[in-house]
Amino acid sequence: MAPLLEFKNVTKVYSRGLLSRSSTTALNNVSFTLNENEPTIMTVAGESGSGKTTLAMLLLGFINTTAGHILYKGQDISQLRGAERMTFRREVQAVFQDPFAVFNPFYTVDHLLSVPIERFKLARSKTEARDRMAEALNAVGLRPEDILGRFPHQLSGGQRQRINVARALVLRPRLLVADEPVSMVDASLRANILETLRALQRNYGVSIIYITHDLTTAYHIARSIVVLYRGNVMEAGDVDSVIKTPQHPYTRLLIDSIPWPDLSRRWGETELKVKEGDIHDRGAGCRFLARCPFAMDKCQAPPPLFRLNGHQAASCYLHEQHPQIEAERLTELLPV
Amino acid sequence: MNPVLHVNDLQVTYYTDAGRAKALDGVTLSLNAGEKLGLVGESGSGKSTMALAMMRMIKPPGRIEGGNVIVDGTDLTRLSDQQMLKARLSKIAYIPQGAMNSLNPVMQIGAQMADAIKAHQPDTSKAELETRSLKALESVDLKRSVSKMYAHELSGGMKQRVCIAIGILLNPKVIIADEPTSALDVVTQRQVMETIDHVQQQLGAAVILIGHDMGLMAQFVDKVAVMYAGRIMELSSVREMFTDPKHPYAQALINSLPNLENKGVFQGIPGLAPSLLRLPGGCAFHPRCPMVMEVCKTARPKIDTLPGGRQVQCHLYAERV
Repeated sequence: MAPLLEFKNVTKVYSRGLLSRSSTTALNNVSFTLNENEPTIMTVAGESGSGKTTLAMLLLGFINTTAGHILYKGQDISQLRGAERMTFRREVQAVFQDPFAVFNPFYTVDHLLSVPIERFKLARSKTEARDRMAEALNAVGLRPEDILGRFPHQLSGGQRQRINVARALVLRPRLLVADEPVSMVDASLRANILETLRALQRNYGVSIIYITHDLTTAYHIARSIVVLYRGNVMEAGDVDSVIKTPQHPYTRLLIDSIPWPDLSRRWGETELKVKEGDIHDRGAGCRFLARCPFAMDKCQAPPPLFRLNGHQAASCYLHEQHPQIEAERLTELLPV
Repeated sequence: MNPVLHVNDLQVTYYTDAGRAKALDGVTLSLNAGEKLGLVGESGSGKSTMALAMMRMIKPPGRIEGGNVIVDGTDLTRLSDQQMLKARLSKIAYIPQGAMNSLNPVMQIGAQMADAIKAHQPDTSKAELETRSLKALESVDLKRSVSKMYAHELSGGMKQRVCIAIGILLNPKVIIADEPTSALDVVTQRQVMETIDHVQQQLGAAVILIGHDMGLMAQFVDKVAVMYAGRIMELSSVREMFTDPKHPYAQALINSLPNLENKGVFQGIPGLAPSLLRLPGGCAFHPRCPMVMEVCKTARPKIDTLPGGRQVQCHLYAERV
């Protein structure tokens, strides 16, 4: 079973300041593996500042790691050159949050779809290029005759976001990074886009890393989930277990804060301890310490991951009766 | 109880090069003091236009074509521009969608708050300006030190709470919150909503919450109005809306909600929201409606009041003669 993508103890530190250097750890020792012949959907969840977008940027090769390696098909992505780099660029695609900002308003939609085809020489003739564009649009549930030749402003947000997915699809990717793809789309259109992503995984064998702060959509689309808080993995595992029986106090807080459209389920069972903006801990301990209702003395030291069962792990001393698991082996608990 | 807000047959039209777009088409609703109303709908359904029209902040090419907005006995649509300036914030306050973009980046928070009070009550003393703005900050759970800070020093949730603090400075009777949490994380969202809830109880004001997150509505409001193409399709109590929606569009909206039981079932609403420039005749929802009848294509349904005070705009419930 060949790994498609491996994160090996990846850490990213942003430094700033010329004289007094201060640094922020955006991602701390994150490891996971996606396999080549088992396409899956993995969610990376967390609030703003949790490092989820940093993870996407690292994975796409836009920024370099401070420590650790990211391997694509066994090769470090920062070492890729020439033809190999082009293959990586083609096979790893992204869909970003804002469906309005990625379009050039001066060109028709055809431009967005035809540029990658020309760039990667995927078609030998104009008709073939057109066929590929049509095929990709059909795959995301759009009618090519409605879309081709139109300008971005003539399309709705949901249509644009699906065109972004189609653009990625034209390149026959192996891995798709979707960074908050539905957060700017109307609730009634979200379902369509999520359904499109899932069909992509099922019918085209594309693995998807779904980055979001919305645990409701994560629950519905993903198989596995990694919950990040300020760069650290708080809890990870099977999406059903993590969302239905969260074990880390942070995950509990997140899930408790989801406004469920359900009248029998009242909001906010757990009290919010510290308001955001009051957190000044610079210590080495658990990142969630200042907001944690169960904070203990030993939380001053960084908690390791504890393996709760075959498909769930949490980084919290509340679960220290369970065996520890090294960060590198976290993947074993993530179902595909 | 006398309603504190009464919107009667409000009409707003945008005159564009491509034609007239009726963004609000005869919206009627009323709200008692202390009540919370949720206004939901897809983009383009007229939610934000509704908020702007109530504040009389519709800019050309848009125009309020008819109807009244009566707050606490005063008809806002009949006030002069000067009087309307005074009425904003003191009678009706608006909490905008992107709080991050609505604060002045080169002015301290406290000075911005003082500005708002001075605009209405020019002879307020300096000491009183300060006590009042500090009190407002405290009521939204922010520290006093925030008044000496600039917008860039605050997080998104704190900025949104500053906007709420500015909104309640002059004890308005009606607070309109236009997607106040759409750019925030879930935990911060909960803090902001708890803050709005808290200040609303203090002031006894009526709140209109605009948004498309039905989950948030279920947790926060008392009544829900579902808008489509500039019309209120259904107006019910939150319980009735979630357990027994009447209008087919409201039913589709409720059914499209994700929950823990129906994992992996995505039920979108087929079709697209209509363009306001080319609204279908009759009921605006009829091309997407699963229960469409002949009459829906030609005649626009009237607002029917069902037992219990629910309002529905649909031929299915028209009184049979």
